[in-house]
Amino acid sequence: MTEGKSASSLTILYDNIRWEEKSLYEAAKKKGVEISNVDCRNLSIDLNNKNSQYWNKTIIQRTVSYFKSLHSTAALEGVGAHIINSLRTAILCGNKLFAHMELQKAGIKTPNAFTAFSPESAMSTLARMGYPAVIKPTIGSWGRLIALVRDTEAAKAIIEDREHMFPIYHVYFFEEFVKRPPRDIRAIVVGNAVIAAIYRYSSQGEWKTNMALGGYAKTCPITKELEDICIKATNAVGGNIVGVDLMESEENGLIVHEVNNTTEFKNTVRVTGVDVPGLMIDYALKMSN
Amino acid sequence: MVKCPECDAEIKIPSDSIEGEIVTCPDCGASYELVKTDEGFSIKPAQVVGEDWGQ
Repeated sequence: MTEGKSASSLTILYDNIRWEEKSLYEAAKKKGVEISNVDCRNLSIDLNNKNSQYWNKTIIQRTVSYFKSLHSTAALEGVGAHIINSLRTAILCGNKLFAHMELQKAGIKTPNAFTAFSPESAMSTLARMGYPAVIKPTIGSWGRLIALVRDTEAAKAIIEDREHMFPIYHVYFFEEFVKRPPRDIRAIVVGNAVIAAIYRYSSQGEWKTNMALGGYAKTCPITKELEDICIKATNAVGGNIVGVDLMESEENGLIVHEVNNTTEFKNTVRVTGVDVPGLMIDYALKMSN
Repeated sequence: MVKCPECDAEIKIPSDSIEGEIVTCPDCGASYELVKTDEGFSIKPAQVVGEDWGQ
């Protein structure tokens, strides 16, 4: 990165240029914005420098590696950069339990969830919840290591496996298996507006709705109810640009199960035609100025 | 245009490519990251998924 900053300069921090990162870059170019792509893998940051070259820079964090994203956000925000999204948002959104508690504190409807910290308490928690239940790692994406547990034997097997994994997987996070249509909603929030939303349908033979698992998408109308709950959820985690994931619970209506701080939006653009990258750049520019 | 190191097929590099972008070999499906050089772009094997990737 070079020192100084023009009135309309932005940085995209990445470790992998996917469709999303390229579309942000192209949207910025089209608007005449001075944009630089910085590879997170090439960063070398003096953490004690009070006159850092990153001071007052506006950086759109797009690093896809969770750990690199979180730590580079901490370092760059610490030396004075404005990161979209902030360290607080990254910490909260990156951990399903942390995010759940922030949503609960803000009075936002979520799936019922429990946590436990040993195999014994995990098993008794599941017995209390009843089967089926969903076990999720507190940290993780794209549906990895999320399992639908239908009975005690399956639960024992999964928990035993987890006990041989890195200690973060010994923190058990369980959600009720929400009765819902075979789809969820991904809503893209930029500032105080829901700019686009899609339904994400499960692929055949799959209960998870992640696009990474072969699901497919359709446009979702942005109702007042959807907008309200998404803005509340965004504010609960202090987000600037986020993707809010919701389910349509038969029992409780719209409930939020996740807020994504480095949201993917390729399918949202493809399905809705909304200029998501352009609106994200406009917002980042406003923050920059 | 560059040659795929895996299968020797030709990989087209679009004119609007940017450094760090991922290109995929049309024949064998191997993924590569574009690296800027004086002459244009070269390629290096790309990491296409990591244990902590995603959102």
